[in-house]
Amino acid sequence: MRQRRTSGIVQPKGLRSVLMRMGLFAVLGLFCLYYLLPLVVMVSTSLKSLAEIREGTLLSLPQAITFDAWAKAWDSACVGVRCDGLKPFMWNSIAMAVPAVILSTTLGAINGYALTKWRFPGADWIFALILFGAFIPFQVVLLPMARTLGQLGLAGTVPGLILVHTVYGLAFTTLFFRNFFVSVSDGILQAAKVDGAGFFGIFFRIVLPMSIPAIVVTVIWQFTQIWNDFLFGVAFTIGDSNPVTVALNNVVNTSTGVKEYNVDMAAAIIAALPTMLVYVVAGAYFVRGLSAGAVKG
Amino acid sequence: MTEHPSPRLQAERWIERQLPRIVVLPLFALSLFFVYGFIAWTAYISMTPSGVMPVYDFQGLAQYERLWATPRWYVAILNLFVFSGLFIVIAMAIGILLAILLDQRVRAEGLIRTIYLYPMALSFIVTGTVWKWLLNPGLGLQRFMREVGFEDFTFDWLVNSDYAIYTLVLAAVWQSSGYAMALFLAGLRSVDDEILKAAAVDGASGWKTYTSIVLPILRPVFLSTVIILAHLAIKSFDLVIALTGGGPGYATDMPATFMYAFAFQRSELGVAAASATMMLMTITAIIVPYLYSELRRTNR
Repeated sequence: MRQRRTSGIVQPKGLRSVLMRMGLFAVLGLFCLYYLLPLVVMVSTSLKSLAEIREGTLLSLPQAITFDAWAKAWDSACVGVRCDGLKPFMWNSIAMAVPAVILSTTLGAINGYALTKWRFPGADWIFALILFGAFIPFQVVLLPMARTLGQLGLAGTVPGLILVHTVYGLAFTTLFFRNFFVSVSDGILQAAKVDGAGFFGIFFRIVLPMSIPAIVVTVIWQFTQIWNDFLFGVAFTIGDSNPVTVALNNVVNTSTGVKEYNVDMAAAIIAALPTMLVYVVAGAYFVRGLSAGAVKG
Repeated sequence: MTEHPSPRLQAERWIERQLPRIVVLPLFALSLFFVYGFIAWTAYISMTPSGVMPVYDFQGLAQYERLWATPRWYVAILNLFVFSGLFIVIAMAIGILLAILLDQRVRAEGLIRTIYLYPMALSFIVTGTVWKWLLNPGLGLQRFMREVGFEDFTFDWLVNSDYAIYTLVLAAVWQSSGYAMALFLAGLRSVDDEILKAAAVDGASGWKTYTSIVLPILRPVFLSTVIILAHLAIKSFDLVIALTGGGPGYATDMPATFMYAFAFQRSELGVAAASATMMLMTITAIIVPYLYSELRRTNR
């Protein structure tokens, strides 16, 4: 986002403006605290022992930092009856998210390219019908999807989830790429067509190299969505094939034994790390994806 | 003699011309099957006596009558209204406020924006887990306030069936208000600087510039933000499961969790399908006019 270039639009001088400025920063600072405190509490709780949690308060910092809770959350916390921690479920999520992101992004890119740069009669209708799929409440497809996965022999498997995320991610990826390609001028493509380049020739040699920003935005959006998904994971997988969000919920909501808040917090951070990392590294693209998801059409 | 291309070349050219269609059609077919076919299946099942297993005998709207005679469904609908109303209004208010404040040529704007927006990268399950810990009466905020001296401080919303729904609002606003901020800030930045200069020349105060000039220009941003937040609210499932589990009892049930419970826990497929169809109709009524106007606008 660009900064305002203009200066001196409204700039009264004097004590009043200094006070206003301080008020401004006070409010902005308070909101920073509001957004950061849960994260701080989460990290500090995960570094305490259970005894320290019971003695201290929410905001007291850990006196004796221990990584036991982290080790347990990763390696030996019980998810249902299995006590191997989140580790196997992190692998499930990676095995699900990586192929689903690649597939849905690739198909969306070709789809968006064909629908904008090689318009044929009815292309707009096809786009509108595909786009609607991005907005349906997924509850309406849960039951038939469960049956279809069963018939395909994919019920309760990671490949089943890959299929689900690819199919329902396609509407979003097509939208992102269509919005991007609409703004690409037709001139270069026309020239290439005159030179005899075909559909895929233009796509791979001209369009794809200039679509890097759109690809990054789409990959980040899709990765965040798929990694954070819970509904499909809980509806279509069982036990060993659960993605990490479902496993995290099982760790936190097991009612047996002593409640280990430090392990819960460490598990939550572990499950959130991949998307947080993406956000920190590529925040600007993340924001662009958010607003691309907002301004449709 | 070679004026006419060979049949093979002709076929190749034909394929080349049809290639866009050949590429799009399978993807369109996927969408037809997995979106529209599945919707049709669910809508049909909602008009059959399906219980544990789907059956295909048409029986009309009996499942909808059962649905609307279920007290738990009313709880879910009422919760959805309370939750989405509060969530949308509060998240928008915070979003606008922060966007306007950040638009005052603030130093470290990038850093502050990053902090406001990072919850959007989290899963609702993570958000629910954190807020469950913060709001836990035994060790969370309540205990903290008592320790620092407010001995009568009580904050037990999470376990109080009259107030638990508001904890969902708290957590959802925390997660999504930064998103509203980003949308409004992008909108503010797209307002032409000349308009602002003209207003300043005319002697409008900073406050007046915003209320009477900038915010009216942003009307489309308001609309899309409301739609996006409403869409998030109607689909909210993960957060409810992680924070309250729909409880205490079913006090914080929402249509999404209601549908899930009836489909996968109580095996009443007919009622589940009917509730899913109700959700779809609600979203369609909001989204279709919006998409229609957006697509028309960009096609012009």
